[in-house]
Amino acid sequence: MAIREKVFNTIISCFKRHGAENIDTPVFELKETLTGKYGEDSKLIYDLKDQGGELLSLRYDLTVPFARYLAMNKVTNIKRYHIAKVYRRDNPAMTRGRYREFYQCDFDIAGQYDPMIPDAECLKIVHEILSELELGDFRIKVNDRRILDGMFAVCGVPDDKFRTICSTVDKLDKMSWEDVRSEMVKEKGLSEEAADQIGQYVSLQGGMDLAERLLQDAKMSQSKQACAGLTDMKQLFSYLQLFQVTDKASAEKVRTTETQVMVASAQKNLLEERLRLTAELWNAGIKAEVMYKKNPKLLSQLQHCEDSGIPLVAILGEQELKDGVVKLRTVHSREEVRFSYTASLSV
Amino acid sequence: MADKAQIQDAIKTQGEVVRKLKTEKASKEHIDEEVAKLLKLKAQIGGDEGKHQFTLKTAKGTRDYNPKQMAIRERVFNTIIRCFKRHGAETIDTPVFELKETLTGKYGEDSKLIYDLKDQGGELLSLRYDLTVPFARYLAMNKITNIKRYHIAKVYRRDNPAMTRGRYREFYQCDFDIAGQYDPMIPDAECLKIVHEILSELELGDFCIKVNDRRILDGMFAVCGVPDDKFRTICSTVDKLDKMSWEVVKSEMVNEKGLSEEAADQIGQYVSMQGGMDLAERLLQDAKMSQSKQACAGLTDMKQLFSYLQLFQVTDKVVFDLSLARGLDYYTGVIYEAILTQTGPVPVAATQNGAGEKAEEGVSVGSVAGGGRYDGLVGMFDPKGRKVPCVGVSIGIERVFSIMEQKAEASAQKVRTTETQVMVASAQRNLLNERLRLTAELWNAGIKAEVMYKKNPKLLSQLQHCEDSGIPLVAILGEQELKDGVVKLRTVHSREEVDVSRAELAEEIKKRTSDV
Repeated sequence: MAIREKVFNTIISCFKRHGAENIDTPVFELKETLTGKYGEDSKLIYDLKDQGGELLSLRYDLTVPFARYLAMNKVTNIKRYHIAKVYRRDNPAMTRGRYREFYQCDFDIAGQYDPMIPDAECLKIVHEILSELELGDFRIKVNDRRILDGMFAVCGVPDDKFRTICSTVDKLDKMSWEDVRSEMVKEKGLSEEAADQIGQYVSLQGGMDLAERLLQDAKMSQSKQACAGLTDMKQLFSYLQLFQVTDKASAEKVRTTETQVMVASAQKNLLEERLRLTAELWNAGIKAEVMYKKNPKLLSQLQHCEDSGIPLVAILGEQELKDGVVKLRTVHSREEVRFSYTASLSV
Repeated sequence: MADKAQIQDAIKTQGEVVRKLKTEKASKEHIDEEVAKLLKLKAQIGGDEGKHQFTLKTAKGTRDYNPKQMAIRERVFNTIIRCFKRHGAETIDTPVFELKETLTGKYGEDSKLIYDLKDQGGELLSLRYDLTVPFARYLAMNKITNIKRYHIAKVYRRDNPAMTRGRYREFYQCDFDIAGQYDPMIPDAECLKIVHEILSELELGDFCIKVNDRRILDGMFAVCGVPDDKFRTICSTVDKLDKMSWEVVKSEMVNEKGLSEEAADQIGQYVSMQGGMDLAERLLQDAKMSQSKQACAGLTDMKQLFSYLQLFQVTDKVVFDLSLARGLDYYTGVIYEAILTQTGPVPVAATQNGAGEKAEEGVSVGSVAGGGRYDGLVGMFDPKGRKVPCVGVSIGIERVFSIMEQKAEASAQKVRTTETQVMVASAQRNLLNERLRLTAELWNAGIKAEVMYKKNPKLLSQLQHCEDSGIPLVAILGEQELKDGVVKLRTVHSREEVDVSRAELAEEIKKRTSDV
């Protein structure tokens, strides 16, 4: 309880710092209030016995009660937090260690405002709370329903499969791309072609730059929905920059490769050197890639790193080769360090 | 019905007419005319056609707490918890429902008021009725022999609204209990000291704490000739003396409960007695009363209690009152109840508060706390029947809320629902980015700040929001100020403005709002 109190204090002081009010709702609602809101999960709702009065159920989350509160009190604008227990009849055989009674800690902003500002504040709040709780390093992933739907559309997913493909894509944080792709094609009946197209997109991660690139993407830009989402995503990132939280926010999904380093060069006629270094890295057990081009532009090579999430690039140049060194650059920070050729292998 | 169907069709058609006119941007008069026809049609069948037939309400007997109520609630809890902590209490929490069998057989007649959960194929469950039985279950389950704990949480009772108007079915209880074998009456005295502190700090007005003892009551009944098997039922009648006159109470004892008039009269003599340590002394000398060993034990402890209360300096508000009974399902020793003595309109919601309702109803108007000693409860849960003596008190928090809400309403002072110290605003256009940047700086410095979610809000709207929410300061940005590296800090209520350097802004805000 002492620990709980400390955690709540940290969280609540953050909410208050942002000017949120607090509300509370009853532990049970009219059964009809909760009916039809939770889809498949409805079977996990605790019902109260019919004792001759209204039919009641224990709340399953704090969001539906919040919506009921807003409608009932005709509230059009509110910034509120609500910390309380919710109830789910999870089957312990399937979901070991899950409690049936557990706390939820919700923060919501309701109301019509200029786009993305409240959305950005929510992310700022998550950033503040996770930082103050000192749980260690964290990452906040953002995406947009419209971008996802737009992406599915341009990849050739039939409309009626959007939701089900979406829940498969969602498993990428737990399963490899191969397994996810397999489920999409074999279980959900998606064409291999559509699956591959999706595969190209879901490996993308980045910041505002990714949103910009996707707006230029030939396929993606065909979807009006996606464009709207991407434009808003750019706006969101601009606000996140002002809020100083872009260090932890990144757009989109997990990587589909595990490449550690890209071997590149800025100058022409260095293909052999690149190949040679790449082979040495492979021999040392390092996951490396090299572009299949005699004279690729540095920018394209760096772009590939960003697209695939490759964290490092080893850049060769005439001078470096003479000096027996390699420039090792951290892709996301752009910091460069020179390493001796042999030493770079161990890094 | 054919009529209804016809009207519904007409509504549909008329709706199209209105929509068409609006798209064509027809004249306002024309549109209004057609809308009026549409509304008339709708009125004929009444209700929201086309919207889901849906009851938008909370369950009967329950309510939401809006931000104002939460702000008051938070203040009340802070005062109470501060007091508990001052006395070295720990806090625990238990689940909202218990196994049905845990609650069975603990509440007597009130068991019918327990909310059961539907049998969905698992364990049979019920919502907790109070915090005392869960506490006893917790002690037995964890084999705890000593603990001083507080527990603030909601409990659930299917009160029938017809009989008990304004009673909530979901309401807060605020319990403090000391479990363990100790030298007699010291923990009991501390409970009373805590009640005294809390009621004083909450500034609810004048109050009085009545004390009595189960053994004294039982002894009194015995020496007055009440048959053993009528103890409980006579007790609950005596309990009504705070609501009914003696004549009515006597009549119930004799006419409904079958007590002899003689016994009733003898009881009558005693229950009119009130006093302090002196009364306990007198009763020990009383020819009749002293015949009961039980009563003597209770009276001796009562003297001891008062001596400790004197040391705790709370005897000004405590009275030994022989008419105090309370539902005695599990009380075994001292019992007490605190009432507010100032008369005034009783808010509807406040007629029920769960105060000291350790397993029973019957709360008198004005009662804000109650409790007592209950040595046998934990033993009922322990498989070996090991006893853990307990004494505790329950604060009638709902009643306190009502009173505070009324006070807030009546007073000129606004209850703030947020703690925001400063609003970041601008009078000029295109300064959203600057506003967001400054707001983040303030948040990072731990300042409670708000900014309007609008690219180009009017200064007046921003100031209005400050007035509405009670935000004391506003930091105003402008082109010139940005160039100069300053911010105009304005005190909302006085309108005084001063330029503060960006670097010193956070400090300045902290300084000014700590005086508030």
